[in-house]
Amino acid sequence: MIESVILWFLAILIAPFFSAVILKVKAFFGGKKGPPLLINYYTLIKLFKKGSVYSNSTTLVFKLGPIISLATAVTVLMFLPIAGYTPIFSFNGDVIFIMYIMGLGRFFTIAAAMDTASPFEGMGAAREAYFPIICEAAMFMILIFFYRLTGELQLASFFTGGNTLGLWNMAGAPLLFIVIAFFIILLTENSRVPVDDPATHLELTMIHEVMVLDHSGPDFGLIELGSFCKLFFYATIISRLILPFDFGVPAFGFALFVLGLFIVYLAIGVTESVIARYRMDKVPQFVLTSFALAFFAIIISLEFIK
Amino acid sequence: MTTAFLKISNGETIERKKIPHLSFDQFRENALNIVKEGGKVVQYFAYEDGEALKLMAVLRNNDLLVAGCDAPKTYPSFTNTCEPFHLFEREIAEQFGIRPEGHPWLKMVRYHANCQGAPDVFGNDYNQDIPGNYNYYQVEGDEIHEVAVGPVHAGVIEPGHFRFNCIGERVLHLEIQLGYQHRGVENLLHKVTAKRLPILAESIAGDTTIGHSLCMAQAVESLTSVQPDIGAKIIRTIALELERLANHIGDLGALSGDVAFLPPANYFGRLRGDFLNLSLLVCGNRFGKGLVRPGGVRFDLADDVRATLGERLAELKPQVEHVLELLFGASTVRARFEDCGSVSNHAGEKLGLVGPAGRASGIAYDVRRCFPTEYYGQIQIPENAKPTGDVYARARVRYDEVLQSMNMIQSLIDAPIETQCVENGSFDLPPSAFVVSINEAWRGEVSHLVLTDEKGKILRYKVKDPSFHNWNGLAMSLRDTGISDFPLNNKSFNLSYCGYDL
Repeated sequence: MIESVILWFLAILIAPFFSAVILKVKAFFGGKKGPPLLINYYTLIKLFKKGSVYSNSTTLVFKLGPIISLATAVTVLMFLPIAGYTPIFSFNGDVIFIMYIMGLGRFFTIAAAMDTASPFEGMGAAREAYFPIICEAAMFMILIFFYRLTGELQLASFFTGGNTLGLWNMAGAPLLFIVIAFFIILLTENSRVPVDDPATHLELTMIHEVMVLDHSGPDFGLIELGSFCKLFFYATIISRLILPFDFGVPAFGFALFVLGLFIVYLAIGVTESVIARYRMDKVPQFVLTSFALAFFAIIISLEFIK
Repeated sequence: MTTAFLKISNGETIERKKIPHLSFDQFRENALNIVKEGGKVVQYFAYEDGEALKLMAVLRNNDLLVAGCDAPKTYPSFTNTCEPFHLFEREIAEQFGIRPEGHPWLKMVRYHANCQGAPDVFGNDYNQDIPGNYNYYQVEGDEIHEVAVGPVHAGVIEPGHFRFNCIGERVLHLEIQLGYQHRGVENLLHKVTAKRLPILAESIAGDTTIGHSLCMAQAVESLTSVQPDIGAKIIRTIALELERLANHIGDLGALSGDVAFLPPANYFGRLRGDFLNLSLLVCGNRFGKGLVRPGGVRFDLADDVRATLGERLAELKPQVEHVLELLFGASTVRARFEDCGSVSNHAGEKLGLVGPAGRASGIAYDVRRCFPTEYYGQIQIPENAKPTGDVYARARVRYDEVLQSMNMIQSLIDAPIETQCVENGSFDLPPSAFVVSINEAWRGEVSHLVLTDEKGKILRYKVKDPSFHNWNGLAMSLRDTGISDFPLNNKSFNLSYCGYDL
């Protein structure tokens, strides 16, 4: 239990570092040096030192947005088996709980954006509400797939110890589809290229960034930390999926886990560097690909597991 | 067809009394006929001649044509039947209080009181200096929403207000209100001493320094009967092409950045700097300020500078080609550029689009080919017209022009260039003269027009930046386009705010 809490804490601490890896990769492809790897910590410290500015037209909802979005992000990390260890909390059906805890976070971010009554933020909120709906369908497909394999709806039963390796032994080929589908969901949920452009300054094209335009100082710091944690959550799952080996030696397990994380963050960085962002009306097609892949994986698994 | 308008050539000084002074009806009929048959408006403005208020128009078909008339208090709008007059009529109404009756969109251009003290045509109260203080077009209905952007923007750009009427993500109408940078350039040009004119011309639009200062220099040279030597003409041609290169490359980089395709955005950003540094090499200023003066240039191109220029260009060329390939070869980029923000050839003709934006809509007009100045008469300029009118076409025109400009400069610096440098000096203009000069700057047709009075004082100095024609093209391209594609379209036009606001 103690080690689970320590791992949880470490995960929150290290999440900003990995997000900076993406920046480094993008800078490399752009022929630049890029910001230091600790840039996100500097930014967070800077933001927490500042004061917050609130518009007269906003209400309590606006102030709740950042707090709840961070709270939900760190809560879902409590259910996450990090490096194959048992998470702090785990119960049957927790995956559904996790999905909607994240949904709660998104709801409050959207509510806070609507609260400002800015037309930009309204547009961003509409987009932010739209794309994850498709993600949710894909997520459920993935859950059905895991349920078919393990008969359980518990994150720990998929990703702790040797369980993940067991999944590969059971249904390796369809699991490959699941990895890709999950990567697409990761890109969508975390506002990465080709769905959203985290680097743009153009309000009209933004999705996630535009919703948090009016947040400043510590509030914005909370939102940033929350989004680092969220990305870490998805990256951890993919890391475990692609490197499921369990040697029984903790040091090896950790090394493998960190390697997996690097691979995922590098993949995000490379994706962002080699493709342009999709046109807004093409994004649903891209996101639906993840649904199709997961669906296809289930159909294949129907044959495998009788 | 015969016309009462007088044929003139680019940069030719004419005595004012030789310009046909028609009756208003005759002026109107002739002007409308020329433009209806495919002619375009280069300049159309009002000016005060003693007590009288007069109108003058410079039109172009295959030739430049000019005529004037006495200005009526009000008159039936030309725009109703002939769209290219649209903004010019609004400008006249704003500057001189002459109302074009039945104008379909009589709205102020830059938000300032007219200099005549005539009653304001738009009924504006100018006590508060807010250009956007105006009732915008509104669309009503379910799911309609309005988005206001600017005048203060997120990037480091100039101020302008954009009002979108949208249904969901789709833009029904975009209304653009500029005027936040109105400095009174034209009035200032009337007041200053001759010596300061070239310096003011350089600052009309900083990114079109060479374009505007060339127009000024050619107009003054023609008026004072000074002929710059061939070396100066070549250096000016090189400078104008360097300006085009730096800006086109910057635009392509910005387009790439707007679709979140970062590598070319970064490389082009660096290359733009390299081309600006070539201007620095030629004249000591990255934007070409201080190079062009009436009578020639202030800096010659000595053989060692010429050699360095050639070496650097030879080094940059493969890099530019490589990055162009990277940008245009990426399928995801093409997916974004193609079919985005199309302006049809028909709409482009009616709006009178010029420059790369016009060529992208299939309007081949290029001053360098149609009314060559400087050394362009000796250079083959391809047509570069594209049929589609979308962002891809506007990017592709720049792609072609970047490569052509590099070849052009390389061939120009092959042989030694000799010129006698001139300094910034004063000059006297001849009395009762008229001249119009036009050049193809990187955004398109820039035009300066000078009228002098009986004492040789400037009576009217009219400036027209290509952006004056093209802003409505941007508004048109947004029709039925996703609002998230606005920044991309905006970059593909990349128009000047200060060139429009004057």
